[in-house]
Amino acid sequence: MTKITSDDVRHVARLARLKITDDEVETFTNQLEAILEHAGAISALDTEGVEPTSHPLAMNNVFREDIVRKSLSQDEALSNAPEAQDGRFKVPQILGEE
Amino acid sequence: MSEIFKKTAVELQDEFNAGNVSAQDIARASIGAIKSVEDKLDAYVTITEEQALAQAADIDKRKQAGEKLGPLAGTTIAVKDNIATTGVRTTCSSKILENWIPVYDATVVKKLREADAIIVGKTNLDEFAMGSSTENSALKTTKNPHDIERVPGGSSGGSASTVASGAVNFALGSDTGGSIRQPASFCGLVGVKPTYGRVSRYGLVAFGSSLDQIGPFARNVKDAAVLLDVLSGHDEMDSTSMNRNYEPLVNSLDKGAKGLRVGIIEELRGPDGFDEDVLAALETTAAHLEKQGASVDTVSIPASSYGLSAYYIIAPAEASSNLARFDGMRYGLRVEGETAADTNELTREVGFGDEVKRRIMLGTYALSAGYYDAYYAKAQQVRTLMINDFAKAYEKFDVLIAPTAPTTAFKVGEVEDPMTMYLNDICSIPTNLVGGTAMSVPVGLDSKNLPIGLQIFAPPLGEDVMFQAAAALEDAVGYDAIPATNVYGG
Repeated sequence: MTKITSDDVRHVARLARLKITDDEVETFTNQLEAILEHAGAISALDTEGVEPTSHPLAMNNVFREDIVRKSLSQDEALSNAPEAQDGRFKVPQILGEE
Repeated sequence: MSEIFKKTAVELQDEFNAGNVSAQDIARASIGAIKSVEDKLDAYVTITEEQALAQAADIDKRKQAGEKLGPLAGTTIAVKDNIATTGVRTTCSSKILENWIPVYDATVVKKLREADAIIVGKTNLDEFAMGSSTENSALKTTKNPHDIERVPGGSSGGSASTVASGAVNFALGSDTGGSIRQPASFCGLVGVKPTYGRVSRYGLVAFGSSLDQIGPFARNVKDAAVLLDVLSGHDEMDSTSMNRNYEPLVNSLDKGAKGLRVGIIEELRGPDGFDEDVLAALETTAAHLEKQGASVDTVSIPASSYGLSAYYIIAPAEASSNLARFDGMRYGLRVEGETAADTNELTREVGFGDEVKRRIMLGTYALSAGYYDAYYAKAQQVRTLMINDFAKAYEKFDVLIAPTAPTTAFKVGEVEDPMTMYLNDICSIPTNLVGGTAMSVPVGLDSKNLPIGLQIFAPPLGEDVMFQAAAALEDAVGYDAIPATNVYGG
């Protein structure tokens, strides 16, 4: 299997919204390489035609009647918000300047 | 009375029912014991003294009024701090959730309250349950009461440490790849990873959703059965909890081992990287079970050799997805940046420790275009092979055995390299991948006087036969469930 490079690590860190320093890039690259080398052992197994398992149980959709039930109040839902205003979560600006 | 905190749950319940001690006596003794060793063990993120005493007072009041009490009345329990408790912060031992105060109880916590177990606190863990030593906690490093220079194992290290000290009867842990069984082994306790879907995960902060399961720590097999009986059952808040009824496990404890077919898993007995004492304990265990009337043979489960490799793709992949919710917007830490994206990055940089970052990156990599088939899809196929191989073994055997971990408790700071740390999970991971059940039972001490745990595996929903074997083994070993009280000194 191909080796993970420092560019790969920078790329996945960006995808995962993790800010990492150049020093960390080197450390993480070496560590991830060692882990992936071990994980890569599975490539030796013949899995031709084997169904993948995503879950150990047979998963079924669970339905219930569409009846309004008690749930968290607005105050409860907002009680851990870093910032809230007028009953809403307040977040930094997402779209560009007006 | 000062020694009541050392009693097992069932012993303590007898005293409580006989009227020799009150729930308030029990709560005070437990919290007194916890506080007297907390500076040595660092087992707790939060000690819930006030709530515990209020709960105990209420139990005593209802007892006095002649009301029927819950099945855990007269016992104390600690809860791993990745399980939600209303009004009590639930940190996952992470900076990102350091001040998160849930507005709801996890279903297991609700069940504990209804069963009248006194909840004394929230225990330390490896951040987000990622680790095997509890050294990855962002808040503190928990120590093993059998030797405070050593780790209690992980990730449920705080839970294991406090039960082993005798300060509480029970604790809840969560087990994604061995996080209940390995610390149980390191601390001389019984620890159970139930069948996937037996216990509700509602309110457990998700790590690897297809692997996570909540389970009990206790000082002996009977206590563990009593607690698991309370935890088991369907929950409409968790669509992965099985909709079925369970026979009480306490009914399985006196059946003995006669006629049980026990298989020693060939692939999970080293010898590379395994302590000699641990391998010797495996042989002794087999001999004990044979003496009790079981038949013992070795069995090969070829795919189990690949468990660790598959796990360290699947678990990080699920974690990278689950932990995407920590974005600094709705709850938890927020480190403000100029834009929302900057805020995401800064929050996660400051809020997550190295091990969590490592697993998020590993999972993101394994799921990314170009690597998905080679890693994630392949690992899922390996998972199928493991399920098939285990099912085949269970055609010939009722239960399987292997060490819980390759070694006994190591020293704080001794294992620095992540891959070396992961190898600790080699014997415990297969059960999570196949969705079965397994438990660690203390079988003796090594040459350093450290506890050794032995693992009993059963197929999905095979808890009854597993507890039957565990009780027989415990009986044969004669391992005393006396807590590690040296830690109290003088």
